[in-house]
Amino acid sequence: MSETVLDVRDLEAGYEPGVPIVRGASITVGRGEIVVVLGPNGAGKSSFIKAIAGLVPISRGTVLLDGNDITAAPAHTMVRLGLAFVPQTENIFPLMSVEDNLKVACGILERREIPARIEEMYVAFPDLVRQRRTAAGNLSGGQRQMLAVARALIVHPKVLVLDEPSAGLSPKFVSMVFEMLAGIRKSSVTILLVEQNAKAALAIGDRAYVLVEGKDRHEGVASELWNDPMIAELYLGQRPLHVEKGGAA
Amino acid sequence: MNLQFVVDGLLTGSMIGLGAIGVTLTYSILRFSNFAHGDFMAWGTYATLAVVSAIGAMVGKVAPIAPLSFGWPLIVALVVGMAFTALLALLLDKVLFARLRSQGQAIIVVMASFGASMALRSLLEFTFSSRPTYFSRAIQIAMPIGFGIRITPDQIALLMLTAVLVLGVHLLMTRTQTGRSMQALSQNAALARIVGIDVASVVRVTWVIGGALACVAGVMIGILVQIRPFMGFDMLLPMFAAAILGGIGSIPGAVLGGLIIGLAEAGAVQLIGAEWRAAVSFIILIAVLFVRPIGLFGVRER
Repeated sequence: MSETVLDVRDLEAGYEPGVPIVRGASITVGRGEIVVVLGPNGAGKSSFIKAIAGLVPISRGTVLLDGNDITAAPAHTMVRLGLAFVPQTENIFPLMSVEDNLKVACGILERREIPARIEEMYVAFPDLVRQRRTAAGNLSGGQRQMLAVARALIVHPKVLVLDEPSAGLSPKFVSMVFEMLAGIRKSSVTILLVEQNAKAALAIGDRAYVLVEGKDRHEGVASELWNDPMIAELYLGQRPLHVEKGGAA
Repeated sequence: MNLQFVVDGLLTGSMIGLGAIGVTLTYSILRFSNFAHGDFMAWGTYATLAVVSAIGAMVGKVAPIAPLSFGWPLIVALVVGMAFTALLALLLDKVLFARLRSQGQAIIVVMASFGASMALRSLLEFTFSSRPTYFSRAIQIAMPIGFGIRITPDQIALLMLTAVLVLGVHLLMTRTQTGRSMQALSQNAALARIVGIDVASVVRVTWVIGGALACVAGVMIGILVQIRPFMGFDMLLPMFAAAILGGIGSIPGAVLGGLIIGLAEAGAVQLIGAEWRAAVSFIILIAVLFVRPIGLFGVRER
């Protein structure tokens, strides 16, 4: 595996004190990798990456980004620290134009750099160019996700963290979103991704973790994991896994 | 009908509009109705008056800038007063609103602003008495400008000042990173944090703009009408009516709403009598809530 960018160790987090949703989960993400976090509903996947992004209180464990401790840093400082997060829903400012959605995220960039960086985003996401003056709330579901991802990428993050980018999208847009992520991967951006759509996510991912009851229960190479009987069991049945992976949690 | 009501209406509308900008910003960004906003106006005006008096005591009588009724001391005092009112708003937020806001119940913050409003007003009455006072007792001759309309040099200067301030705030909101951050925060506070916006600093800017403009509106009332501890409280209803008429969160909307209400009030005074003046903002407010609750420039949440 390549050099580790994001190193999450034994993370415990939850909204209420004493009621952890994430109960000691550990993952690593190497530079340029796409790492997928899978798991049944209620496994704490979403809370897990929200905690990494500073949005859910952390009660134990550490989050290291390029060796810097960013555990429980305030959410608004995360982009400066190198972590850009794309929420699952409501991830754009609906009344602002597409261009202003991009500009408002450029707070940490040099003023001179901003126009060129916005043009780079339009090159990467050509669908957005024609809509640059449109209110973002008028975009289609797929275009909204593109805008949300462009907005996150614009600040050159060390790691891009996405919460179920395909949730709530029609099948056409789902494939559009995954094609977009596969495209981003080519520009060697590091991505951590939570997904319900295991098949599509494993198709573009390098490695995957399976989260069950707030813990990482399984880790594997993405392409092999899809054929793993455990995945089938997790996604078809309700029964929690009892196979412990060595070393974790 | 005498067209003089147009000038009167535009002037009242400017005062209402400048105040309504603060109301609409507080409502859209901090998500509560600040009933103490009118008292920021009064405090700003008294602060300005105090600075004018202090300058007078230090340098003696200063001749007014012809043809206006006031000289440079008032202009300097206004700038000081704006800074003072901005600080007052920041202070009130720090000791009162911010703590309550963090508990997450908007209605408690609204009630607290009611209490703050009463306390601020009583402090003014206590310190300066409730007797009206003036920046200047000089009488200005209104110049005829045709169509039966007369206007004083002060009134022209204040209308121009309003136009400059409104344009400035509009440009700040739409062309600067601070303005975009304010828009972002009003549309989605959680996402604003995620994209790296420091909410605390945007909140501070909001109070500074609202407080400073409230002071200007108060000083306008002080120059054109009179200075009283209740001067701001009496503006509260028209300011809220203007903010709602224009659409919450919209700067041009708040100003246009203010002008419409100002003109309607002045027209009503002429057509049906001065005792109906206050009823006009009520009627407009109710009509807007019935017909178009999102206001002229408002946008439905999506």
